[in-house]
Amino acid sequence: MHAVPMIEVDELRKRYAPQAPEAVKGISFGVERGEVFGLLGPNGAGKTTTIGVMTTRVRPTGGTVRVDGIDVRKHPVAVKQRIAVVPQRPNLDRSLSAIENLTFHAAYFGFSRQERRVRAQAMLERFGLEGRENDRVDNYSGGMAQRLMIARALMHEPSVLVLDEPTTGLDPQSRLFLWDQVENLRARGVTLVLTTHDMAEADRLCDRIAIVDHGEVIALDTPRGLRTLLPSAQGLELTVAAPEDPAPGYATLGDVESTATIEDRWTVRVYGALSPGDAVAAADRAGHDLIELRRIEGTLEDVFVHLTGRDLR
Amino acid sequence: MSTTEKPAELEVPARDLLPVRTAQVRAFVALCQRDVWVSVRRDLVSFLAQALLQPLFYLFIFGRVLPEIGAAQGAYGTLLLPGILALTLVLTALQNTSLPLVIEFSFSKEIEDRLLAPLPAWAVGIQKVVIAAVRGVIAAILIIPLAALILPGGVDLGGADWLGFVLVVAGGATVGAAMGLVLGTSVPPNRISVMFAIVLTPLLFTGATFYPWSSLHSLQWFQIVTLFNPLTYVSEGMRAAIVGGPHLATHWIVVGLAVSTVLFGWWGTRGFTRRAVD
Repeated sequence: MHAVPMIEVDELRKRYAPQAPEAVKGISFGVERGEVFGLLGPNGAGKTTTIGVMTTRVRPTGGTVRVDGIDVRKHPVAVKQRIAVVPQRPNLDRSLSAIENLTFHAAYFGFSRQERRVRAQAMLERFGLEGRENDRVDNYSGGMAQRLMIARALMHEPSVLVLDEPTTGLDPQSRLFLWDQVENLRARGVTLVLTTHDMAEADRLCDRIAIVDHGEVIALDTPRGLRTLLPSAQGLELTVAAPEDPAPGYATLGDVESTATIEDRWTVRVYGALSPGDAVAAADRAGHDLIELRRIEGTLEDVFVHLTGRDLR
Repeated sequence: MSTTEKPAELEVPARDLLPVRTAQVRAFVALCQRDVWVSVRRDLVSFLAQALLQPLFYLFIFGRVLPEIGAAQGAYGTLLLPGILALTLVLTALQNTSLPLVIEFSFSKEIEDRLLAPLPAWAVGIQKVVIAAVRGVIAAILIIPLAALILPGGVDLGGADWLGFVLVVAGGATVGAAMGLVLGTSVPPNRISVMFAIVLTPLLFTGATFYPWSSLHSLQWFQIVTLFNPLTYVSEGMRAAIVGGPHLATHWIVVGLAVSTVLFGWWGTRGFTRRAVD
């Protein structure tokens, strides 16, 4: 086990021009080796600037960022050897075919001719692009271009992969595929940093999430930990079939709210520290058909809006 | 497609990273290989058309047609050739750095992948200069046999100073590519057509291309203006190397080329680094 975290961001600050407001105002966090770390925030919150510094493309005005213990500002080349980026917008080399995009990328990182070809073929297969390897990338769809960019990023075996809003604009199939790939990379021990404003994505993929707003980290925890930031978030939610308002049947368990949904269906929320067994027994006693039972945790979206407000950016 | 299956080739244990110095050299070489590959496999026709068509027409109209119809002396072609070689050299190198950079920084963003290659950002800019300069040299050399076909008196290189020629070609190509680095990193993409009108046209006509610099003595203000154009020193250097007729003093040619290279090289590299790292 390594003592040094994979990424250390310490009091990072960035001002793009002397008169401009600070885009990042003293952000600090650490990413453990093999962790999937999410930067969640509204547009303009400072996510892209933060990963820009991590990937050597933005010079910080204050603070430090270390990747694998190496200061990004002092040793950018050593950092570039360890990191890879999948950008928001396609930036494939349009003068090259798909497979050449992969082989030349590997060449930039010093791989031998033989290694390049073998790895490129394997990547194309893994990302479902076999048969299209000689196409010009101009002819690729958005989803294919994105898969090729991930393949390219992985060509040089980076220990850190940064994904900048990876699923924005992808169809559901491509999105599921990407999520599977993230799981796959996590299993191989690659450290992943992803920015997103998709709550379901962050919730599903990330071990920990930093919520960033106005250039500051306003919350940092596991998805589950973040949900506890919501007030009154404990309880159970039952969906039952009942001829009339089922609320009285659960009154002994805690505070009850009920709403009619469709036909004879009702949603019953019981707040308090009760067990699912109690709720099932209560439904049985009252003669209600129990259709669904879930724990109320509050969604990440609730947490996000709770913390960052509803204003448009 | 199954995602739980892992192709054996990808199961490489944590790779030993190359030493930083080796990694930088390999990355630089690989970036050059990419450009050579693209030049040969994809861009050859467009490169040749862009580089050669304009100078060939200059040679044909000014060196062949005008003397033929009596609008210029028959020997004009001999004076013209060094200027056209210089023009081809400098403009090809300039356009081959500036145009790709404008596009790669803004529209295609494809420079990003190269900026993440393991070498310093400024080295990515220098690599562009190297390749553009080589393209300039190739274009200028290709002009010579074509000129021999077009010009009425052919091309006589019997009295050429070959060492001087090589130095002027190398210096001219470097200056042109460095000027391209300045333009390519300072011009916003929506101004690119304006840039070509405002920069290239004056550059073309104030560079002692179509006349020896010394013959401008009766138009002294213009003679002084042309001294601010790096192309003047390349044209005069070319004239000194292959014709041996009247030309700017050799030491001034050397100073002009050296100052332009340092100035545009510094300015362009600074501009490139600023675009590459925010």
